[in-house]
Amino acid sequence: MSEASSHGHHTSLGVDNRKLGMWIFLASECMLFGSLIFTFLLFRNKGLAGPTPQEVFDINVTTLSTFVLLMSSFSIVLALHSIQSGNMKAFRRWILMTAIGGIVFLGFQTYEFTEFVHLGLGLRASTFATSFFMLTGTHGAHVAIGVIWLLALWFSSLRGGLTVDGALKVDTMALYWHFVDVVWIVIFTVVYLFVYV
Amino acid sequence: MTADTQTHGHPTPKTYALIAVVLTTVTLVEYVIFQLDVGSAILVPVLTVLSVGKFALVCMFYMHLKFDHHVYTRLILTGILLMVGIMFALLTLFFVAHPFNPGG
Repeated sequence: MSEASSHGHHTSLGVDNRKLGMWIFLASECMLFGSLIFTFLLFRNKGLAGPTPQEVFDINVTTLSTFVLLMSSFSIVLALHSIQSGNMKAFRRWILMTAIGGIVFLGFQTYEFTEFVHLGLGLRASTFATSFFMLTGTHGAHVAIGVIWLLALWFSSLRGGLTVDGALKVDTMALYWHFVDVVWIVIFTVVYLFVYV
Repeated sequence: MTADTQTHGHPTPKTYALIAVVLTTVTLVEYVIFQLDVGSAILVPVLTVLSVGKFALVCMFYMHLKFDHHVYTRLILTGILLMVGIMFALLTLFFVAHPFNPGG
């Protein structure tokens, strides 16, 4: 792999344009999630035709899924550190652990959504339900995209397509994954822990 | 580069593990505070501070904002500021310009 392709082109700021592009993307994502969170706050206690948030939320399950996502952030920094140190075996182990963490989180979310629907809280049951599913569903879609991306990197490294020279690809992916994590930190507090406020 | 950093000036796995322990502990503290059923006057500010702390730790250490070029910090802060602007715009739209009771 040539120097240019492995490290990309540097901007006049001296930073890699691919990493800069990811940060610009994440900055725009702040606006998307900010709008969804605020919309949820506007609608959460209005027009409650179905079950209320207090009746359906299971804080034990959500705390556990939050822990899983936080630990997946830990495993991806270890994956990044491993590839930067040239330890591809450790990299593959940690990137796979991260993908499994993401899949487990999605499993918790699927379980939660299924329980809510069984309790009568479908997507169109109330304005609370619609804004809740829009917010957490959009976040879940981001996690799903992240899992596919992680598995693609894992497969690529297995086939020899991703080497130590490709550490920046992992760095960029890690930024996306951490962003998904920090968005969940906000959602966990605002949506779940402030349920009685 | 300090003694606590190595690859590209990033922290060591030991620092990453320490951050993971702090994040887990803070999440547990949040859970306990929630279960204690304290009033909103205490719950909201305490949980907000803890949440902001977790957010900052992930951004600074896991996303390396503390160690990378400052342009990244400025970019994400711009996104957050625009997000706050959108929130104020929505507030104005819903409660000032067109007073409205969402959902009836």
